Amino acid sequence: MELVLAAAIGILAASGVWLLLRPRSFQVIIGLTLISYAVNLFIFSIGGLRTGADPVLHEVAGNVAQYTDPLPQALVLTAIVIGFATTALFLVVLLTSRGLTGNDHVDGEDGTP
Amino acid sequence: MSQHLVVAPILLPLLIAALQLLVGEKRRRTALALSIASCVALVLLAAALLLEVSADGALAAVYRIGDWPARFGIVLVADRLSALMVLLTSVLALALLPYALGRWQHRGGHFQPLLQFLLMGLNGAFLTGDLFNLFVFFEVLLAASYGLALHGSGARRVSAGLHYIAVNLTASMLFLLGVSLIFGVTGTLNMAALAELIPHVPERTRALLHAGAALLGVAFLIKTAMWPLGFWLPRTYAAAAPAVAAMFALMTKLGIYVLLRLGLLLFGAGAGPASAHFGSAWMLWGGMATLVAGTIGMLGARDLGKLAGYNVVVSAGTLLGAIGLQQSAVTAGALAYLVISTLAIAAFFLIAGLLASDGDDDTDDTLSLEPYEQPGETPANESLYAQEDESRVVIPAPIAMLGLSFSACAVLLAGLPPLSGFLAKFALLAPMLDDAGRGAQLLFALVVAAGFCTVTALCRAGIQIFWVEPERIFPKVRLTESVSVALLLGLCLLLTVWPERPLHYLRDTAAQLHAPGNYIHAVLPGAEVAP
Repeated sequence: MELVLAAAIGILAASGVWLLLRPRSFQVIIGLTLISYAVNLFIFSIGGLRTGADPVLHEVAGNVAQYTDPLPQALVLTAIVIGFATTALFLVVLLTSRGLTGNDHVDGEDGTP
Repeated sequence: MSQHLVVAPILLPLLIAALQLLVGEKRRRTALALSIASCVALVLLAAALLLEVSADGALAAVYRIGDWPARFGIVLVADRLSALMVLLTSVLALALLPYALGRWQHRGGHFQPLLQFLLMGLNGAFLTGDLFNLFVFFEVLLAASYGLALHGSGARRVSAGLHYIAVNLTASMLFLLGVSLIFGVTGTLNMAALAELIPHVPERTRALLHAGAALLGVAFLIKTAMWPLGFWLPRTYAAAAPAVAAMFALMTKLGIYVLLRLGLLLFGAGAGPASAHFGSAWMLWGGMATLVAGTIGMLGARDLGKLAGYNVVVSAGTLLGAIGLQQSAVTAGALAYLVISTLAIAAFFLIAGLLASDGDDDTDDTLSLEPYEQPGETPANESLYAQEDESRVVIPAPIAMLGLSFSACAVLLAGLPPLSGFLAKFALLAPMLDDAGRGAQLLFALVVAAGFCTVTALCRAGIQIFWVEPERIFPKVRLTESVSVALLLGLCLLLTVWPERPLHYLRDTAAQLHAPGNYIHAVLPGAEVAP
């Protein structure tokens, strides 16, 4: 399971970085989104992977080692919310830029060959 | 009541911003009155906080949210450095408000609430005691800064803002990666608990911890605009509205603050042989590279806004190099330099705005400078010599005031006597001479050389603006706008004639930073650390 998750994070991050370095705004925003998925998965996995374990204590606590670490899950929730909001903000700026300059390039070129 | 003093600088701007959003755009006067009240109250609160933490034998003031113990709950910590930074933030915001009364406030919506949110994020980042809330407050202030950077709109601002936002979103991702790596290794994000744990991290996972800290550091170095991570800065700052750029002058200092705090708390001398001084060499040499890049940019800058932007880079480079040395006396000098350079650069951005904005058209409102002469070409500014002694030029009062402020800024930024810029630079440079290390000596030489280049670049700009074209029509200067400049420069002047107690405070601050036992004990009573 670790290998699959690690590969998924790696592929997401690599594609994200590649897209981020592309010249057009749509590619940049998809790249940022992919990177943020990779980062969120990474935060989620940092507490250790465990199948079927609860993050919340039952009425009788029992052995704490049988639970999964709840803190990364709380952190990843915050990170998702903040990442979502800032990406939305970025999208608005991209649209404004498209309206003002008439093209969707982020690298300063005007798109004509 | 007094124990809530630590959380007040965060809650007050949040409350005021919410009220201003409710008041709406129509009733500007109410919104403005709320802003003024908030900023005055913030200055008073910050001063009270500063007095409280600087009392003899006082520990850092700790605020446990919900009264949970520090290892489980969220803590806010105010020590001398945090109190100083909060005071600097609120003083700067208060001084900028009169400028914001000017005409350009009407060019975009929601300026005042965005400013309050920015203040909330800044104060929160200065006061927080754990890494994840640092991230949250960082995002708050960044979101507000995106709005402010775009204030007034226009193609130039939007395209500069686009790069600014993309760079900062990427930096936030690195921040999160670093934070989660550190959490994975240590199981805590509380800074004091981290400082206590780091000497005992097993060798097996120490490399991961260092990788996390390095990622975190890169995120802040992007914010601080270290070369080669800082190419976004001059363009964004030159494009932003003057009062906004002046407030942004503080935001690179936030990166410096975090690097100083984490560098000395987590990786200071007490962090064990494997982790002590981790990353300090990067800061030292990176700072020097930034200093060189900023100086070259400053000499080549073709408009006043970019010139100011490169001044921000130069001051960030100086500070980075100085905190990379990790010596108490140098840190004290660096803090003095931080305060003076922030005030002076803010004033410089305002002056650049005053000189450039004429009329309502502000789509392209930076004052451009003449290019350098090519060898063999006749001087373009012959008029400087030709008309000498022929007619006595009468300089009107507002221009004289602008010229005086400009030269005061130049003297402050270059660190020439007699103003406080010299005192700060002297406090920074003098301890470096005692250091036999090659890094310290090279940094000393570079800072002096950068000072010389600052004089050159600013003299050149000043001569072109004020002397070469006596018939240049200067834009009208409003009283409120000049009040802001006068306030900022007046503060620097006050620090010139009354430097003793502030410098003493800064020396104590540096001593406190270099002995993190105080901080750790205040947050975690009963923690076992070497003092």
